[in-house]
Amino acid sequence: MELILFKDRSVPDLKDIDVYIGRGGYQSLDKGLRLLKPDEIIDIVKRSGLRGRGGAGFPTGAKWDFIPKGKGIRKYLCCNADESEPGSFKDRELMEFNPHLLIEGIILASYAIGAAVSYIYIRGELVYAFRILEKAIREAYKRGLLGKDIRSSGFDLDVFIHRGAGAYICGEETALIESLEGKRGMPRVKPPFPAFYGLYGKPTMVNNVETLCNIPYVVTNGHERFASQGRPRNTGTKIYCMSGDINNPGNYELPLGIPLRHLIYDVAGGIRNGRALKAVIPGGASAAMLTPDQVDILMDFDSLAAAGSMLGTAGVIVMDETRCMVKVALTLSRFFFHESCGKCTPCREGTFWMHEILKKLEAGAGKDEDVDLLLDVANNIGGRTICALADGAIAPVISSIRHFGEDYRLHVKEAGCPYDRIMARA
Amino acid sequence: MREDTLKMDFAFSEEAKREIKEIMGHYPEKRSALIPLLHLAQKENGYLSEPVMRHVAEVLDLTPIQVYEVATFYSMFHLKPVGKYLIQVCHNLSCSLMGADSLIDYLKEKLGIDIGETTPDNMFTIKTVECLASCGTAPVMQVNDDYHENLTKEKVDALIERLRSN
Ligand SMILES: Cc1cc2nc3c(=O)[nH]c(=O)nc-3n(C[C@H](O)[C@H](O)[C@H](O)COP(=O)(O)O)c2cc1C
Ligand code: SF4
Ligand code: FES
Repeated sequence: MELILFKDRSVPDLKDIDVYIGRGGYQSLDKGLRLLKPDEIIDIVKRSGLRGRGGAGFPTGAKWDFIPKGKGIRKYLCCNADESEPGSFKDRELMEFNPHLLIEGIILASYAIGAAVSYIYIRGELVYAFRILEKAIREAYKRGLLGKDIRSSGFDLDVFIHRGAGAYICGEETALIESLEGKRGMPRVKPPFPAFYGLYGKPTMVNNVETLCNIPYVVTNGHERFASQGRPRNTGTKIYCMSGDINNPGNYELPLGIPLRHLIYDVAGGIRNGRALKAVIPGGASAAMLTPDQVDILMDFDSLAAAGSMLGTAGVIVMDETRCMVKVALTLSRFFFHESCGKCTPCREGTFWMHEILKKLEAGAGKDEDVDLLLDVANNIGGRTICALADGAIAPVISSIRHFGEDYRLHVKEAGCPYDRIMARA
Repeated sequence: MREDTLKMDFAFSEEAKREIKEIMGHYPEKRSALIPLLHLAQKENGYLSEPVMRHVAEVLDLTPIQVYEVATFYSMFHLKPVGKYLIQVCHNLSCSLMGADSLIDYLKEKLGIDIGETTPDNMFTIKTVECLASCGTAPVMQVNDDYHENLTKEKVDALIERLRSN
């Protein structure tokens, strides 16, 4: 396989512009800004099959094409660097070790959609990545890679970093825009979509860090080479974030569509402490859990969707046989309750109640009816809200009940957590 | 609004004022500078008191409520003072699988405070936070700006020791 994002991962000081340029960095601009028209870049990206790496997997080129054409209109590109999905830690690594790759991708994307200003909305907690990016942007301006007439192409671009301040919901693209406008990060009702009415009411493209980091490769090497990795409709490579009960946690870049089994047992070294696998969350906290008999599934957008889960951010969280799935659902329900912005009643109330019922069940104070009630609450949230946070909130709840109903029944029967008891005895 | 907080005044330092000028240049609309200015104000004042928020409102031609609702929406803004070192321990799933819960208990015992509290010498505040985008190096905590990863009790001991002697 060919690495696209982690090609130079072992090169020290890649964040230094000279080192980056020495490795061939910023070369895509010569072709991209001088030989290709914006529409030609959109076309290459479309044909590459690249799908957004921020979670939803929407085709990037098609999304860029929605942006109204023409020079008279102000347009914006926002790089979504809010990475807050539990289980995801890829964008942070990309920004910290290879900030210029992101800037190069931002330049090409801005040129393609006709944006003269681009904002990187970075999660507030990521102070280290922020400083690295800040320095990288300063260097890029000094070299004429940002600002006026980039590389004598006639294209002007300003890039600014905007720090968030702690709110998972600001990763949702319309909440991100609200936040960037200086408001609370509450998602907007769509339509209108940001491509027509986004930041300051202007056409706006929001793209994930990893998505944008793929663009220089696609422009330089063409759509065919990009699409030669991965699977049909799921082309290219993906960074899989491996965490939980595995021997070698970390980020791994591999083609889309590799089997989950390979990822867990070969790439990440198998389950810790010689234990057996119990459950896997394949795509971050918002993705439904999978069971050991599903580990031959292919890790791509379509295969996981067909299995009722999703690739999401490819944050793969592995849990071994000693893990209590009621506790797992409780932990994640606390997260979603905490992060619900409160704008829609089903999400605000529902995440609260799911968390309450799960607390009761885990503490051993629940009855069988509480499990039914929990499922009922979850089923009444899905599809009735402004944004997809609520769908994420119900995924761990519904999938844990569906796959690990026995864990719930034991909590009721034994009036407590059976795993706590086993672990206390051990 | 309490009398004493009403009387206290806040103003940005000269250096911050220069930074504010630059920040304002990033946006076509002033209001966008609100979160950056709150970060800056918190850095200078330690937390966002009412006079601080009112001052930020004046600088940006906003109403105090427009500032207040934003300050309370985002978890990184403190409306009350915190210790010199704010310890934020992640207790989301991957960290909890790697022992975050016992680490939190250990920290509480070591510092003699509960979650959300500050030590009497105003050195440490402990908070639990959600996923810090560092799950591959769990368990993780953030102390002020810095991440501390792959934590063990020994690492926590060494770190607290070091911070105490600073
Ligand atoms: C609750 C919620 C949180 C999200 N968080 C992020 C995030 O942190 N980073 C991200 O890139 N996309 C996030 N998204 C997806 C964005 O809304 C958007 O689809 C994405 O940034 C588009 O970029 P892409 O097309 O390059 O994937 C989130 C969506 C939801 C509903
Ligand atoms: S679904 Fe939840 S997070 Fe999304 S807008 Fe509604 S209340 Fe806010
Ligand atoms: S769960 Fe702790 S950093 Fe992600």
